[in-house]
Amino acid sequence: MKCRTCGRPAVINMRQHKLALCADHYLDWFVRQTERTIRKYRMFTPEERILVAVSGGKDSLALWDVLLRLGYHADGLYIDLGIDAGLDYSHQSRSKAEAFAAAHPETRLIIVDIPATYGESIPQVAARTLRGRQRPCSVCGLVKRHEMNRVALEEGYDVLATGHNLDDEVAVLFGNTMQWKVGYLRRQGPVLPADAQGLARKVKPLCRFYERETAAYALLRGIDYIYDECPFSKGATSLRYKALLAQMEHRSPGAKLHFYIHFLKAREEGLFCPEEQTRPPMHPCERCGQPTTAPGLCAFCRLWVRKEEAGG
Amino acid sequence: MDKVIRVRFRDRTWTFDRKMTVKRLLEEVGLLPENVLVLRNGTMVTEDQHLYPGDEVKIVAVISGG
Ligand code: SF4
Ligand SMILES: [Zn+2]
Ligand SMILES: [Zn+2]
Repeated sequence: MKCRTCGRPAVINMRQHKLALCADHYLDWFVRQTERTIRKYRMFTPEERILVAVSGGKDSLALWDVLLRLGYHADGLYIDLGIDAGLDYSHQSRSKAEAFAAAHPETRLIIVDIPATYGESIPQVAARTLRGRQRPCSVCGLVKRHEMNRVALEEGYDVLATGHNLDDEVAVLFGNTMQWKVGYLRRQGPVLPADAQGLARKVKPLCRFYERETAAYALLRGIDYIYDECPFSKGATSLRYKALLAQMEHRSPGAKLHFYIHFLKAREEGLFCPEEQTRPPMHPCERCGQPTTAPGLCAFCRLWVRKEEAGG
Repeated sequence: MDKVIRVRFRDRTWTFDRKMTVKRLLEEVGLLPENVLVLRNGTMVTEDQHLYPGDEVKIVAVISGG
């Protein structure tokens, strides 16, 4: 197969786009497509300060790399979850994020160390609370969201960018559709606008790239990312959905992309009634100030209050 | 002496002693091309490319959880 642009041997063929490219032209294409997505969904402007949630994995490091190449003011945020599980996972992934930051002195990497800050690792909090008896992911997601919002606010970032790719988005969309979780479906998209109560805008500039495409970008750019998964992701529903969707994609290339794009379009055309009509009023949390549905403490603060009450 | 195609994927390895395409290799080891990238002697290659005895092949999984 030959590169569509220059005719040299292609390194990647994307059946969903009917496009094969050589390494140089692939990298150009990837950067241009990202810029196009940023503009299409009005994610941010060159004047705004962007905080990239960096996990040490291929997607978030690729995102950070592209934003820097495009000249955006993008800093990184790494949240150290204190996950070891025999794989030294947090330590390994943190060192990937730190190595990337060290190679890009024009940026800054903010590190939040959960065990050092709150006295417990994610698996420890999960084991202590009802929320995470089987698997720490629900607690983990809650803590990550809260800390991303907190840092963005405290450090004055306009936008929070995450490395979610098309496969991530489609797996979530599939799950939410299977259960008709209208509340989630209404809010899922490339941009979650800033909240009146002070939450930063959230954007997903890689949301139109297949996971295979972000991996190819990271590989071709020589980005050293953590290849192993978080050990707790084993058996995750999203992985089962991804396997199913891959089968569909194999039979009809482009199926995943169309599922996502047409969902966004259908929503724009009024598939769901507007959020204001159904969303409960929000109150500021008494402890941290972030918005929450019930008066009193938000779910994040409740995690730690139980610990304090227990005298821990 | 016997030259083989040596294939690595995560902590598994396979060897093949005959020329084949990348597409064929993925069928043999039961992987969907949508879920992986294939490197031949360190360079990413498309599915129609041939692999020859003596080649070192690395298959990279691209699907992550979360
Ligand atoms: S797999 Fe679960 S525990 Fe691990 S990083 Fe993801 S959400 Fe957190
Ligand atoms: Zn080319
Ligand atoms: Zn709170």
